[in-house]
Amino acid sequence: MSIADTYGRYRQTLAGDPLAIGVALVVLWMVLSLVSGLLSGGVQVSSLASLVWDGLLRGLIIGLAGIGLSMTYSILNFANFAHGDYLTSGAFAGMATSYLVAGIGENSIGPLLLVGAGGSVFGGALGIGVTTAPLAVLLGAVVAGGFAVLLALAIDRVAYRPIRDESGIALLITSIGVAFALRYLIQFVFGAGVRGTTAAGSVPRVNVPMLDGTVRITAHDIALVVVAVGLMLGVHLLLQRTKLGKAMRAMSDNEDLAQITGIPTEQVIRTTWIVGGGLTGVAGYMFVLWKGTLGFNDGWLLLLLVFAAVILGGIGSIYGAIGGGIIIGLTASVSVIWIPSEFGRAAAFVVMIVILLFKPEGIFSGRTTA
Amino acid sequence: MSGADTGGWFDALFDRDLSLVLVVLAVIYVAYVLAGVAFGYGLRGQLNSIANLTFYVGVFGMLALALNLHWGYTGLFNIGIVGFMGIGIYVTALVSKPPVAEGGAAQVGGFGLPLGVGILAGVLVAGLFGLLVALPALRLRADYLAIVTVAFSEIIRFTMMSRTFQSVEVPAALGLRADTVGLGGGGGLILNYTDPLEALLRTVFLWEPYLAVLDVVQQTLIPNNPKPVVDGLLYGVMLLVGVFAFYVLLTRLGRSPFGRVLKAIREDEDVANALGKDTDRFKLTAFVLGAALMGFGGILWYSSRGSITPPSFRPNITFFIWIALIIGGAGSNTGSFLGGAIFAGLLYEGPRYVKNLVEAAFELGDAPRNFGEAMAGFASLDPMPFVLYTLDSVSQLRLVIMGAVLVWLMHNRPEGLLGHRKEVAASVGLDRPSRDETTDASAATDGGETR
Amino acid sequence: MSDTDEEVVSSTAAADSESVTTDAGDTGVVTDDASEVDTTDDAGGADSVAGDAVDAVATDVDVDRETPLEVEGLRKTFGGIVAVDEVSFDVEAGTLTGLIGPNGAGKSTTFNLITGMLEPDAGTVRFNGEDVTGLQPHEIANRGLARTFQIARELEEMTVLENMMLAPKGQSGEALWRSVLPITREAVEREEAAQLERVWEVLDFFEIDHLAEEYAGNLSGGQRKLLEMARALLTDPDMLLLDEPFAGVNPSLEKRLLEHIHELREEGYTFLIVEHDMDLIMNNCERVIVLHQGRVLKDGTPATIRESEDVIEAYLGGEV
Repeated sequence: MSIADTYGRYRQTLAGDPLAIGVALVVLWMVLSLVSGLLSGGVQVSSLASLVWDGLLRGLIIGLAGIGLSMTYSILNFANFAHGDYLTSGAFAGMATSYLVAGIGENSIGPLLLVGAGGSVFGGALGIGVTTAPLAVLLGAVVAGGFAVLLALAIDRVAYRPIRDESGIALLITSIGVAFALRYLIQFVFGAGVRGTTAAGSVPRVNVPMLDGTVRITAHDIALVVVAVGLMLGVHLLLQRTKLGKAMRAMSDNEDLAQITGIPTEQVIRTTWIVGGGLTGVAGYMFVLWKGTLGFNDGWLLLLLVFAAVILGGIGSIYGAIGGGIIIGLTASVSVIWIPSEFGRAAAFVVMIVILLFKPEGIFSGRTTA
Repeated sequence: MSGADTGGWFDALFDRDLSLVLVVLAVIYVAYVLAGVAFGYGLRGQLNSIANLTFYVGVFGMLALALNLHWGYTGLFNIGIVGFMGIGIYVTALVSKPPVAEGGAAQVGGFGLPLGVGILAGVLVAGLFGLLVALPALRLRADYLAIVTVAFSEIIRFTMMSRTFQSVEVPAALGLRADTVGLGGGGGLILNYTDPLEALLRTVFLWEPYLAVLDVVQQTLIPNNPKPVVDGLLYGVMLLVGVFAFYVLLTRLGRSPFGRVLKAIREDEDVANALGKDTDRFKLTAFVLGAALMGFGGILWYSSRGSITPPSFRPNITFFIWIALIIGGAGSNTGSFLGGAIFAGLLYEGPRYVKNLVEAAFELGDAPRNFGEAMAGFASLDPMPFVLYTLDSVSQLRLVIMGAVLVWLMHNRPEGLLGHRKEVAASVGLDRPSRDETTDASAATDGGETR
Repeated sequence: MSDTDEEVVSSTAAADSESVTTDAGDTGVVTDDASEVDTTDDAGGADSVAGDAVDAVATDVDVDRETPLEVEGLRKTFGGIVAVDEVSFDVEAGTLTGLIGPNGAGKSTTFNLITGMLEPDAGTVRFNGEDVTGLQPHEIANRGLARTFQIARELEEMTVLENMMLAPKGQSGEALWRSVLPITREAVEREEAAQLERVWEVLDFFEIDHLAEEYAGNLSGGQRKLLEMARALLTDPDMLLLDEPFAGVNPSLEKRLLEHIHELREEGYTFLIVEHDMDLIMNNCERVIVLHQGRVLKDGTPATIRESEDVIEAYLGGEV
């Protein structure tokens, strides 16, 4: 295959696909304005690097949460609008545990379990942090995942299983009801306030020099990367090496097979909730640990971005969810170079809308997926 | 033939639907009045309470009707309602607010045009955005459309909040009255244009008579500043008129060839296409009209406030309207209104009234400030702190209740109250026509209107 | 003169379907005046009623060409599978043409390509001389090409009457503003009333008038087939594509359906029918096109097809 051939093929694809042309033009403009900004000093390399780092971290969280959403969307055939609140639930459960572990003995149990509702206990004062209280954080993450699993299974049993055979729309509407109930129960118990969960100042950090400035990397950044990548690797191993994983891949990859075998067995569904719920819970906990604040709306605010990631990556594709998450995270973060910062999330939404309109099967679909 | 048909239409309305609506409304209103009595409300208090209830019945009724056009008739899953509402009121504000120089404390002004122009502009622009959203998104399946519409409404909210659009200097060279216009950013906009009620009354030359009526009320019923109370009642009445107008419009639309095609599209778009209907055009028309109606609903909702801020336009309101529609029954116009009324009376305002009732009935102490303290009571087998805390948190809990109600409905009665009722989509009765001229009237009317 | 006579007669006709045999020639006298019940033919009240019902149903068929449908070189692949491969044929005006083939031969796909539900990768479709390749389904339907679906797709939440009222083309009330504004609505109502008459006539013709106010979802399979065809007819087509209209239909209903189709053909309608039932096609169609693995295997009269070895072989192992 000569260069001329390849070139010809690319030209053909480009000419035939308006989306590709549009994207290419936009990317071209972005690159040009970025380069000119860098050269002129309007954009600093270090701030660009910081934004990229921030976007990457955000993207890992979104991707981690997206795996669960992608799985339930494809195997159970509905868009679960309560997914964000699973994230919040995991975060609260995990943080309550961390507070308890870190603060027991010196503080009464009640305020600890309520994660300092009403300002009675402060995460910063407790020294919650991956370096200052590693056991608390570890246990917190584990409990976050475990609680989210239990919650997901319970909700499925109560809310979704009775209408398993109904249309995706009916389940979607039901999930909206679940989301309301869950979110405001959390507010009822934990209060409406946003609390600081870590002593932001005392988290060890490194200022990495980068040409014209520094990029700040904190211990929590690293923790997030470690946990996220570790979990994703775990999911990968599960899918590739275990029998169950193979079954799930087959279900997800091969629509025809899924149709022939009919409605998926309860076991596959349970596994979906377990894996998805667990990942989402941990993602919620790590998210809160990383950003240092916790509020009952956290998951809901993230939900649309998670949807964006899942759609971008192709519903049902786990690797797609991860990739999509990273792209969405980067979009939301790095877009501030070109557009006003308040529109960062809007940019991510626009990307999602464009994908839905032109390539609803996602950009990673068709590759080896799971 | 048409006169007889309209007569038949009215008959059907008056015999079943209207009585049902009146009964439901009566029950809710009576409950509220009784609650007022229990609170020891005087006349003023009762009237305020009723005005407040009517307000929410009106706005939820109107918006549920508009959503019914989208979802109940055409099968378009729109969860961006609040975005269109916001566009309506923000554009109205932008067009009708006085310039900063004339506007007192407001930091951002508008173009100072009459309120009627502003409202028209708000409705048109909302419809325009409906076009913008629908044109590309029409072909999407329902859940993708849902995601696109909610993303759209969030983008609108970001725009409202943004610093970029917060305030813009209008060049003097344009010769406009406006000096600084904008969307107000995070602080929102103060609605310092003419009071809508006053504007409306002046237009129909009833302003002076209204003031006279107020005088009479002051002398007889409410000696102390009656205007806000009467204004509130009148606004509520105005909203109900709005509901009625929406209802008439949508029922006419539904009972027509146009409505028939919408029903067909909802059920099986391919069949409609195979019969020669350009389904894209129909869906577009329905979506744009619905979006414009939602804009109008938003204008009426927020015009009664002194100001608007972006946090008011979060998706929660969209979900409220969806719950109202599901309760009442998607597909039925009467059902949509009933759903709105029941939602407003029982789920939205109701819980607060229950709380006030309990507090009025029993001498209760202060509620604990957080859940921990509430639970602490159980240690000594005292449920009171928990009860008090629950009562105090009723505004959050009502959302939990709404969620639970929605889940229950989807399990047990997804068609809601009246969704099972199929309203035949034709502008005339569909009985077999008689060949005989003189028996026309009796044969053609009746039947097919309500089932 | 009241219409109760007509009702009584048509109901006896319905109950007694055996007697209403329409040989191709009998009701050949076409009386254009469709509104009067005129017993010009003394072959019996029932016959003439059926004939006039046909007249009421049939409108001027606008076919001024010999071959209203010309398909050339149609090709469609799904993924790696070539579903339709260089399919070409013509359908002559006023004929019953059959399209048969074993399972998976590409019959439904061809239908979908012709009616615009799928876009062909290559090839052209010409209808009434106009190139309609790749047009939207509604555009093709509006040009006079109606189709029925294999699994009868009734709008179940709508009554039979609503289903029927949906069908006619060019309803002015389908524009929103006309249906809603006061003066224009009266015109819409008049139009609907006129349309309603025609709807009832077609319902009578297909003898499903007694089901008029039933929800389409409550109809039996056979009744749905009748509704499907009645509805397609109301779009004033020049040509009808019927996708397995006889599947799952009991023999007496099948007979009725065939009679209706033959009557309509007499009026000038053209039919292209996809069917599995070989006998049915062989006995009723003037021309038969055999598809096999996406290609046209044979194209000719039933006699030619019957004797073709290729066809026999293609069907070996499949159902005949």
